[in-house]
Amino acid sequence: MEKMHVKMTVNGKNVDLLTEPRTLLIHALREELGITGPHVGCSSSHCGACTVDMNGMSVKSCTVFAAQAEGADITTIEGLGTPDALHVLQEMFKEHHGLQCGYCTPGMITRAYRLLQENPTPTEEEVRFGIAGNLCRCTGYQNIVKAILEAAAKMNDMKESA
Amino acid sequence: MNESTPPKEERSAALSGLGTSRKRVEDARFTQGKGNYVDDIKLPGMLFGDFVRSPYAHARVKSINTEKAMAVPGVHAVLTAADLAPLSLHWMPTLAGDKQMVLADGKVLFQAQEVAFVVADDRYAAADGVAAVEVEYEELPVIVDPFKAEADDAPVLREDIADQKEGAHGPRRHPNHIFTWESGDLEATEAVLAEADVVAEEMIYYHRTHPCPLETCGSVASMDKVNGKLTVWGTFQAPHAVRTVASLISGIAEHNIRIISPDIGGGFGNKVGVYPGYICSIVASIVTGVPVKWVEDRSDNLMATAFARDYWMKGRISATKDGKITGLHCHTTADHGAFDACADPTKFPAGFMNICTGSYDIPTAYLAVDGIYTNKAPGGVAYRCSFRVTEAAYFIERMIEVLAIKLGMDAAELRVKNFIKKEQFPYQSALGWEYDSGDYHTGWEKALKAVGYEDLRKEQAERVEAFKRGDTRKLLGIGLSHFTEIVGAGPVKNCDILGLGMFDSCEIRIHPTGSAIARLGTISQGQGHATTFAQILATEIGIPAEDITLEEGDTDTAPYGLGTYGSRSTPVAGAATAMAGRKIRAKAQMIAAYLLEVHDNDIEWDVDRFVVKGAPERFKTMKEIAFASYNQAIPGVEPGLEAVSYYDPPNMTYPFGSYICVMEIDVDTGTTEIRQVFALDDCGTRINPMIIEGQVHGGLTEALAIAMGQEIAYDEQGNVTTGTLMDFFIPTAVETPNYQTDYTVTPSPHHPIGAKGVGESPNVGGVPAFSNAVHDAFRAFGLTQSHMPHDHWRIWKTAESLGLHD
Repeated sequence: MEKMHVKMTVNGKNVDLLTEPRTLLIHALREELGITGPHVGCSSSHCGACTVDMNGMSVKSCTVFAAQAEGADITTIEGLGTPDALHVLQEMFKEHHGLQCGYCTPGMITRAYRLLQENPTPTEEEVRFGIAGNLCRCTGYQNIVKAILEAAAKMNDMKESA
Repeated sequence: MNESTPPKEERSAALSGLGTSRKRVEDARFTQGKGNYVDDIKLPGMLFGDFVRSPYAHARVKSINTEKAMAVPGVHAVLTAADLAPLSLHWMPTLAGDKQMVLADGKVLFQAQEVAFVVADDRYAAADGVAAVEVEYEELPVIVDPFKAEADDAPVLREDIADQKEGAHGPRRHPNHIFTWESGDLEATEAVLAEADVVAEEMIYYHRTHPCPLETCGSVASMDKVNGKLTVWGTFQAPHAVRTVASLISGIAEHNIRIISPDIGGGFGNKVGVYPGYICSIVASIVTGVPVKWVEDRSDNLMATAFARDYWMKGRISATKDGKITGLHCHTTADHGAFDACADPTKFPAGFMNICTGSYDIPTAYLAVDGIYTNKAPGGVAYRCSFRVTEAAYFIERMIEVLAIKLGMDAAELRVKNFIKKEQFPYQSALGWEYDSGDYHTGWEKALKAVGYEDLRKEQAERVEAFKRGDTRKLLGIGLSHFTEIVGAGPVKNCDILGLGMFDSCEIRIHPTGSAIARLGTISQGQGHATTFAQILATEIGIPAEDITLEEGDTDTAPYGLGTYGSRSTPVAGAATAMAGRKIRAKAQMIAAYLLEVHDNDIEWDVDRFVVKGAPERFKTMKEIAFASYNQAIPGVEPGLEAVSYYDPPNMTYPFGSYICVMEIDVDTGTTEIRQVFALDDCGTRINPMIIEGQVHGGLTEALAIAMGQEIAYDEQGNVTTGTLMDFFIPTAVETPNYQTDYTVTPSPHHPIGAKGVGESPNVGGVPAFSNAVHDAFRAFGLTQSHMPHDHWRIWKTAESLGLHD
């Protein structure tokens, strides 16, 4: 199959991919760019393990063609924090035991990141609804919800003190 | 010198040892997207393999034409049974003593069965190749109902063993019959039932479901023909057993095989077995000379890879008029699908189903289990439970409810009346187990009090009246459950898998500067072993947990062990860890005594050091001892500080707990709302309370899924109707409630640190709690039994059948 160029920005870096038109964004990220944080869980948009941030929206990258991301600004879990400066969500997931096997975690945190951009002061119910597109088989969500609410509070504190 | 010694408590806290809610060391990589799961592995020249799968549940394979597939750009090879036959790899042994087709050999026996394996440049080219393979089938009659499988005119499913009258577990009475397994005293049980004041009888069905970890199964095989070494990375819950099995069936010497379980994205029993994909990736790597990856997709996983449950449990339970249980009889029809691939210890073809007397002092009991072949996927794995323990717990906890109805008694009271008493432990059950320790009454009373049980019953009675008056359309259910598990398989004398004793292991090396590495025969799939096992060790050897690296899953470096499932890691490998730690300490004591110039017996252990008895200012810390072990010539003591322990547990452990669910049910829509879930666990000594609580939350959510909607369903033609996450229920954060947890501590008397294991308790106890809540809501209207899963449609039908919509 003839390949095509796709240009996008991934975690702040400009990339130029030469890939088949049918390549899914998740496979372009994982296999062509080596960004293996987002995972494949279902390939049908149900589980959210592949969630990335695309042009300011959470998308499930298993059901987006790489070609559809032409010109897009994409952030994955790898772009949220650095080992020396973790994102508050990353810290809170650890603090509140919001993960176990870790497979849903990159998608879950990436989704939570966008959720808190959309709604910086969510209620518990809003958090639960806001992450309903991301499945976790290990935690029962209780500690994930706690982590996100705590992260929201901390981010708001930081904003106020800034 | 003693002035500088911090107090005991301070030194103890610095270790982050037993009992502390230490934050997980795994989380740094997982939260930053730096986990290393099997699909993250990318090797130079690696190809990708994918299966052609059967669209039929039962059909003869007339022909397979791979010509067009081979012409597809990027396709390197297409393997069929004919290609594997010369290597004798077209069939493989199962863990249950049966054999299973790796690729369809003449016929297919379940929908989505593996028929051919296409190897291509990448997963896209492989999919093109799969679509181009031409298979001609001739459909055969299908059996989906295990009760019809033994009819005289039933089609014979397993033609390969049609004439074998003897199977791996005794006589076979029909070509579609696998085994009959019995436990207990039939004659005595029948006699008790015949004479009883009251006998309650019910068919309890625990439906077919699936562990569905978020990461599917997969492997990367790399045959290095230069060195003759085969390396396989894969989603293996038992990497060492996989190495032995791979060696036995491939003929490659075991030292030339290296199995590596990288990070595993949840297992829940799904990743215990050996699957055709693993074998095919290995063969394909041998054939092509380059690494080959196989990763199944979600539908492959749900439809073909290791289902769970599917037990039809016919029960009879007898009691005196005032509610003292006298006997229990259970006959189970077990639908094993097309191959008996249950992951059970060899001598237990129905696992530990004979724990079905539960938490109760039942003097006489009998269990028989018939394993049956049908045209369904093979499996029968222990989905977040020890082997068939969730089936057993569900059975007895439903039978108790059914008996309570028959007796007109409160179900909580009936339980209290029949609980094994604290002073009866160790308790010999009628079906042959020795329960190690327990205190059921204390936890139960605590749980009833926590939910305000008596008030709830009053509220429920008022609700029934209001419903009858037409003031409400919602009913209230109170779901009670008291479970006893049997985990930690197990003693080598009666527990093995394919002849491999179910011990486990830990090897410790203390480095000169006083930090350490420990390696275990188990493998974490999210349980946090690197965090918790370091805690056990910290307490045993006085080195802070943060200075201990923990490794598992690489068979070239880790000591041999049987892996992680059946809540066995803490009971078995956790014990090995403590024992290996004690060996380190014993040697450290000799070194310390030498350094302090006293006799070994004149020093004693104090948190992180040995001190001279009566002279605490004279001591050697573990750090000092470690260094000395590498630089001092000590007479009679070898240099270095290392130890290994292979632990053969003397008994299983028996965690238990009291779970209560309060549920609102809308009679007109069948929808449910969970108002409260209270879970009190007793897992013996608690290693990390934070992780225990996390395990309980997760297990309860899996129990919620199973009880309320999750199902692998088949139509009459053997088509799977729940093969995607559109149809297969996994609760989201919206359906999942908040949980209240509590605990009691009754240590295991035979475990070195008294721990029992907890990961599976919430699933085992949770399923009956949720299901009993549904049943209890309708109890006032005459319901005694309805089958899971209790999805909205089934609940609506229950209400309809009880005339509640009139």
